[in-house]
Amino acid sequence: MAMEVTQVLLSAQAVDSSVRKHAEDTLKQFQEQNLPGFFLSLSGELASEEKPVDSRRLAGLILKNALDAKEQHRKYELVQRWLSLDVGVKSQIKACLLQTLSSTSSDARSTASQVIAKVAGIELPQKQWPELIGSLLANVHQVPPHVKQATLETLGYLCEEVVPEVVEQDQVNKILTAVVQGMNANEGNTDVRLAATRALYNALGFAQANFSNDMERDYIMRVVCEATLSPDVKIRQAAYECLVSIGSAYYDKLAPYIQDIFNITSKAVREDEDPVALQAIEFWSSICDEEIDILEEYGGEFTADSDVPCYYFIKQALPALVPMLLETLLKQEEDQDQDEGAWNLAMAGGTCLGLVARTVGDDIVPLVMPFIEENITKADWRQREAATYAFGSILEGPSPDKLTPIVNVALNFMLTALTNDPSSHVKDTTAWTLGRIFEFLHGSTVETPIITPANCQQIITVLLQSMKDAPNVAEKACGALYFLAQGYDDVGPTSPMTPYFQEIVQSLLNVTHREDAGESRLRTAAYETLNEVVRCSTDETARLVLELVQVIMTELHNTLEAQKLSSDERERQNELQGLLCGCLQVIIQKLGASEPTKYAFMQYADQIMNLFLRVFACRNATVHEEAMLAIGALAYVTGPTFAKYMADFYKYLEMGLQNFEEYQVCAVTVGVVGDICRALEDKIMPYCDGIMTLLLKDLSSNQLHRSVKPPIFSCFGDIALAIGENFEKYLMYAMPMLQSAAELSAHTSGADDEMIEYTNLLRNGILEAYSGIFQGFKNSPKTQLLIPFAPHILQFLDSIYMEKDMDDVVMKTAIGVLGDLADTLGSNAGSLIQQSLSSKDFLNECLSSDDHLIKESAEWARLAISRAISV
Amino acid sequence: MAPHDLRRPFKRPKISDQQRRRELSLQRQAQHRRDAQQQARCLADTILSLQNDVAAEAEPQFESSPQSEEHSQDFDVRDAAKLKGAEARRWFAKQLMLPEWMIDVPDRLSSDWYVFARPAGKRCFVVSSNGITVSRLRNGAMLHRFRSSLPNGGARGNNSYCILDCVFHEPDQTYYVIDLVCWSGMSLYECTAEFRFFWLNSKLDEIGGGNDRKYRFSAVVVYNCDQEGLKAAYTGMVPYVKDGLLFYNKHAHYQSGNTPLVLVWKDENCSQYVVDTDSKGQVPDQQHVVLELLDDGGVVTSDDPPVKFGCLDSDFVQKTGLKTSYLLRFAIGEGGLCFADGKLEKADLHYLGKSNRARAFADSYSKVIFQYAVRHSPLKIEHLFASISSSNEEENTPCDTEMVG
Repeated sequence: MAMEVTQVLLSAQAVDSSVRKHAEDTLKQFQEQNLPGFFLSLSGELASEEKPVDSRRLAGLILKNALDAKEQHRKYELVQRWLSLDVGVKSQIKACLLQTLSSTSSDARSTASQVIAKVAGIELPQKQWPELIGSLLANVHQVPPHVKQATLETLGYLCEEVVPEVVEQDQVNKILTAVVQGMNANEGNTDVRLAATRALYNALGFAQANFSNDMERDYIMRVVCEATLSPDVKIRQAAYECLVSIGSAYYDKLAPYIQDIFNITSKAVREDEDPVALQAIEFWSSICDEEIDILEEYGGEFTADSDVPCYYFIKQALPALVPMLLETLLKQEEDQDQDEGAWNLAMAGGTCLGLVARTVGDDIVPLVMPFIEENITKADWRQREAATYAFGSILEGPSPDKLTPIVNVALNFMLTALTNDPSSHVKDTTAWTLGRIFEFLHGSTVETPIITPANCQQIITVLLQSMKDAPNVAEKACGALYFLAQGYDDVGPTSPMTPYFQEIVQSLLNVTHREDAGESRLRTAAYETLNEVVRCSTDETARLVLELVQVIMTELHNTLEAQKLSSDERERQNELQGLLCGCLQVIIQKLGASEPTKYAFMQYADQIMNLFLRVFACRNATVHEEAMLAIGALAYVTGPTFAKYMADFYKYLEMGLQNFEEYQVCAVTVGVVGDICRALEDKIMPYCDGIMTLLLKDLSSNQLHRSVKPPIFSCFGDIALAIGENFEKYLMYAMPMLQSAAELSAHTSGADDEMIEYTNLLRNGILEAYSGIFQGFKNSPKTQLLIPFAPHILQFLDSIYMEKDMDDVVMKTAIGVLGDLADTLGSNAGSLIQQSLSSKDFLNECLSSDDHLIKESAEWARLAISRAISV
Repeated sequence: MAPHDLRRPFKRPKISDQQRRRELSLQRQAQHRRDAQQQARCLADTILSLQNDVAAEAEPQFESSPQSEEHSQDFDVRDAAKLKGAEARRWFAKQLMLPEWMIDVPDRLSSDWYVFARPAGKRCFVVSSNGITVSRLRNGAMLHRFRSSLPNGGARGNNSYCILDCVFHEPDQTYYVIDLVCWSGMSLYECTAEFRFFWLNSKLDEIGGGNDRKYRFSAVVVYNCDQEGLKAAYTGMVPYVKDGLLFYNKHAHYQSGNTPLVLVWKDENCSQYVVDTDSKGQVPDQQHVVLELLDDGGVVTSDDPPVKFGCLDSDFVQKTGLKTSYLLRFAIGEGGLCFADGKLEKADLHYLGKSNRARAFADSYSKVIFQYAVRHSPLKIEHLFASISSSNEEENTPCDTEMVG
């Protein structure tokens, strides 16, 4: 059955593209005509020591790709295909793979490791290949170190592929024993020790029970800490990766080791090579992440039943940790601000310092201030930058009371530095720090304002000037202005920004036209800032925002005129169109929010819609999404007159609803269907057959990201509300889908937080659909059609009430559905309603809720029920 | 297994503006969906409850002509909002909820009641519909016709409408909204006062008072009627001239006509008009009352059921040409009012003449009694405070109930 494939595999890697193409076609044909033979040939090739390493490696790679895919739907197909292969064939392939682990070629061994793990990922959950782990463990005790290394690597990949639940504890124990023994200092072979250390990283998720056992945990921790001192840098790095992972996964078990860990990490940060030192810093960053989460969740108050207590490791380590991190800040690289991929000690150290500040709050301030004061005026730019970065890093966390006096002193210094400092690096960090000041210490919630009528003009002048600086500096200045504007979001009818509005807008538009605006994300930052300035503007500047519509429309028009673009240019045009559509969306939403500006805006509706339609023709996912969002906002503003655009727009709506790959686009389009329903009401009728068909297809697809499904259900409600009893013809399709989704989402027992959150989104979508349908059919002679669904819907309400895990949004929607059902079905459902738990306990609970939206819905439900029962 | 990437975001905001645009769009859509639902729920609701009200309220003693009675059966509130002239007057004259006068202190004042300072001015309904806003006085007569920032009260939007219960305060040309009957097509007739006040405040915030318009809308500050609340309402500064205190039972629905669940009380410190004046603005020597004449010659208050103050001689009725349902003015003579078992037994009435034509109702029983008390032994603010503190004590005293928990 197997076939000689060596030559084809080599040709498939040829330089000559026609040779390559021919070989690829041959392989494809072979796979399609005889899958078992294809797999056997590849595994035979991989296992054969006589074959060239290049063909062996490619054979393994093709095999691996035939077992797994990123896309869920495709992955499922591949898994089913493997499982349905003949048992004999599979045994033969697996034997070849295991045999390859003893190969003298490290490439072949490594490829085989990965394929074995993929097969294990499919078979172990099916309780197949039970002998795999046993035979791997037997290998570990073999003499040749390269076999041992390959086997440990395989165990590592296996732990990455398989979920812990499918491996028996007994086998877990054996895997961990083998891995930890391999890591031990007395393991003489470096490759073996490295493979073992990397394997442990993946195996940590299996070690729950072992970490609860003091002796076993002590042993693992000792071996890991010893490995951080290995003479081999890769082993040290891998050992720190384990430590970082342990810090997150077993935070609550760290107390006995934290002092030792501090000692070894601080030595590594100061003395070791960068890749190791960075991991050592990352350990403390991840401890900060843990403690921030814990403190946020429990608000600092611990009761006996808190899941994980906070051990305040950061607070305890503070006096030593902060000086260590401050030292790293002086280790900047010359051009890190221009390099998108840069990550060095100074960046990692500063990031960690910021996390420490968020973890401990006020306590960090006195530890950092002397460093800032000492360095901020020094001649060496590194010292000035480090001092500024330290200051910027601690602005989130400590209380405004603590920070405001310091910021009041520093603000003027910062503004001068941003204007005059000779170092672009210092200016970059200074502008970023100003942004952080405005983000965390400026706004209606802050008691003592740091921006006053006295300094407002100076701040704006400096920032606008700075927007002409180097692209990275200008980008940070835009960011600072973004947060400056945001702080005036709810300032009332008069904004301190008003006098500068026109100048700010002009400066930002100038930035977008800079030759070098493509660098450092500058153009994007300028448009984003423009968006925020518009969002936070007041009626005083409504006229200027209206004028901006024409400016942005002209810009968008220009992007559409360019012809014969190279692929690079096209990409840039598409990006720019996305930014411009985003900006128009913000403007439309702003002007649409009040009646006078809405009417003034209407004069541009035709032109804007025409531009959007032309943008759609460009077919780029991002542009598509931004234009779609903007159209949703436009539909709201235009109301029923949107009908005139439907003929041209409809095909793009269809395209959006079918975009499974870019699910964000699909989700956004579903939202826009809702906007259009509300705008057109029954004028949407002619398009409903098409829209409903696509929505139903979306729901049945297992390719579409699950996050799009709840909004699709809500959209059913929007459509029903818009077209009323005409929804009748969709009932036979929509109701069974709603019903089965309701059954699935009624119970969450055993689900994790993420699943419960999703379930609640789904419930909300289903309930919004029911609400829309009931309200749509109200006062229609076809109300009778809904009666058969009432028992199930009431049962659904009862069961989610009993489940006690719905959030406020679901609660509000659910009690509203009860009202809608009573309102529309009236006395037809009177006795059913009276029998339901929802009409009593649930309703009472909602009536006494603190949430006014829940209460409001409940009042409505109470009224509707009383009418339904009394009639 | 290559080393894992450990880069973290550097000098970057936590969320991108694009993500923000998505989230803000979703928020907007959710809000509009909520509004659409609300609209759907409440439109029919309003029509229904108002029709009921109209039917229930169409009692003969208030109707001078039988034709309008038939009409009123067919109205929904939008028709009512469009009514003109005499018909509109008749319809709106029956819609206001009218407080009784506080003649004794209700139980559970501090837990079940709100209190606020009543603005001095013209009590009226403000109705917005079809892009115009009309205010109508207690007797149904039109006060102003203007464009406002109320939903559908300025720019023409949809079919929605609002009905607000207001006091028009001349000095600052402001409508002080003291209650909310319908908002954007949503009826609040059957909602509790607690909910109506909450809704009123949040909706008025949304339209922002309408500073740019001819007349402003402003809410009054409503307090829980505990020691502090009563003190604040009684002595606190307000931007308007006070005319007594209004007490609202938190659980009461909006109900047309007189209700004991809303009470008014006043003394010289919080009102210029404690003792009733005559048409020239003078306090008469004797207390005047307006009562309605029945078929049998009885003269009664506007309460439901009416309280009978006396009976006119049939000869006298014939001689003066008085007809059933006329409103008549009397003075209370030296004999005063006599009570037995808390009920009015006898009144020393002296006929003065027919009442002013602008009057739509007779006086209520509570008004007569309150005015009588003001002239003889008024209910003082100290009594109100005392009642609140004594009820607090009661709550604190141990009760006899056996604890089984």
